[in-house]
Amino acid sequence: MESFLFYIFGGIAVASALLVVTRRNAVGSAIFLILCFFCLGVLYLLLQAHFVAVIQVLVYAGAIMVLFLFVIMLLNLSQIEFGRIRNLALKVLGAALGVVLLINILGAINRPQLSEGVPLSEGFGGTAQVGMLLFSKYLIPFEVASVLLLAAIVGAIILARREF
Amino acid sequence: MRYFADWIIENLEFTRAIPSEYVYLIIMVVGGLLLLLFVVPMAGALTFVERRVAGKMQSRIGPNRVGPQGIFQFVADGVKLILKEDIIPTAADRRLFKLAPYIVFVGSFLTFAALPFSQKLIAADLNIGILYIFAVSSMVVVGIIMSGWASNNNLSLLGGMRSAAQIISYEVPQILSVLAVILLTGTLGMQGTIKAQGWAPQHWFLFHNPFAFIAFFVFFISAVAECNRIPFDIPEAESELVSGYNTEYSGFRFGLFFLAEFANVYVISAVAVTLFLGGWNTPFYLPTGIWGLLPSAVNLAGLITFLIKTFVLVFVCMWLRWTLPRLRVDQLMTVGWKYMVPIAFFNLVGTAVWMLVWGDKSIAALLGG
Repeated sequence: MESFLFYIFGGIAVASALLVVTRRNAVGSAIFLILCFFCLGVLYLLLQAHFVAVIQVLVYAGAIMVLFLFVIMLLNLSQIEFGRIRNLALKVLGAALGVVLLINILGAINRPQLSEGVPLSEGFGGTAQVGMLLFSKYLIPFEVASVLLLAAIVGAIILARREF
Repeated sequence: MRYFADWIIENLEFTRAIPSEYVYLIIMVVGGLLLLLFVVPMAGALTFVERRVAGKMQSRIGPNRVGPQGIFQFVADGVKLILKEDIIPTAADRRLFKLAPYIVFVGSFLTFAALPFSQKLIAADLNIGILYIFAVSSMVVVGIIMSGWASNNNLSLLGGMRSAAQIISYEVPQILSVLAVILLTGTLGMQGTIKAQGWAPQHWFLFHNPFAFIAFFVFFISAVAECNRIPFDIPEAESELVSGYNTEYSGFRFGLFFLAEFANVYVISAVAVTLFLGGWNTPFYLPTGIWGLLPSAVNLAGLITFLIKTFVLVFVCMWLRWTLPRLRVDQLMTVGWKYMVPIAFFNLVGTAVWMLVWGDKSIAALLGG
């Protein structure tokens, strides 16, 4: 049952991710990105990470993508269809970066020491455990990320308010 | 639902031949259909009740022709909506236009999976119940934006964008005010939150401490804003935008928007009852053992209590709608960001301080009640 669900939702996630980059229409891309995030949420669920799965849907599919759609409509990008890229150097660079990324991922997957895994501890993936980790082991990255977000907010306000 | 599934597997012989996964799957599908059978007539009946209430509040009669007191009005409306021609504007983005109402309805219907009805009656008592409800109901706004954009109509687009801005803004105080309750219970599960409250009003989280009292109002006001209802209905403001994001819709697809709106009103009321008003805790003590009350009778009493509390809040929503004028866009943002968000933050810190000083004791407990 679990592997069955994994292949279904993994397949949809990959297909929708491909559609995100191949659609000419910006709104269409954004909608497929939402579908992709939703499927990723299901994959997290299959990994017993309930909290992360719900946050994935709440934050990415619900909030961030709504802002994406908002900006696309505000700038009226939907009228401008993305044309073909004519610059050959850009094409080569893009292809090279893609190949490098693929090699990296394959290298990571092909490690022989992929073990059978350890049994899950009690309450694994629950809110309490994620919270404990965030506020102990990963406290500094967590706080640095919040400072980064604050800087982004202040920057946006300064850019938006031209006169002082 | 898990409870019923286990009961069926234990007591019905023939189910043991099938792997339990499939039994669960079948029971979940049946449970989903039962919920749909509850949601659709309930939302339909609410449209009728809303119009009658509006009539009474404005000293008019309201719909009273179809059946006694007009109670079959919503059936007639439903039939009319299904039989009507389904028009898709030629300039619209056909696929997105068709898809949008389904996303809106599914987004609000999915929340029912984690809504409790009584002690045992809940489709799935998730350990992240309240977060799940917020997550799936945030899909509604995607559908609204899609419908606004796909209609290819300036008024629809404006409505969709206003809705996006409004829902994103009011989600912040809504979740912050819920955090105060989560601090008090220490759980995100819906049943756990209800169990942490007692039967009498002084045991509810509403009267737990002054911060929780304010949190209820912050939650309810932001929840009404999330539903796009008056006084926060600028996305469909009739006087400015015709009907906002659903202007171009007709027939069954318009009906879905309508159903989703009323299902949402029920959802926010049920969540408020769960978090702040004691949920299915009956207002009097029901002794199960001594008086020979069956557990199912207690369950039924819980269900009735929960529904009464919820429909009282649904009535409050209607009351607000027919009493208050609509806010302007800038006023809406002012209320959201300059009042609701700071108050919600103040509440969160206040609840934390309260718990630091008195633990999870409520005012009633401190006064010796």
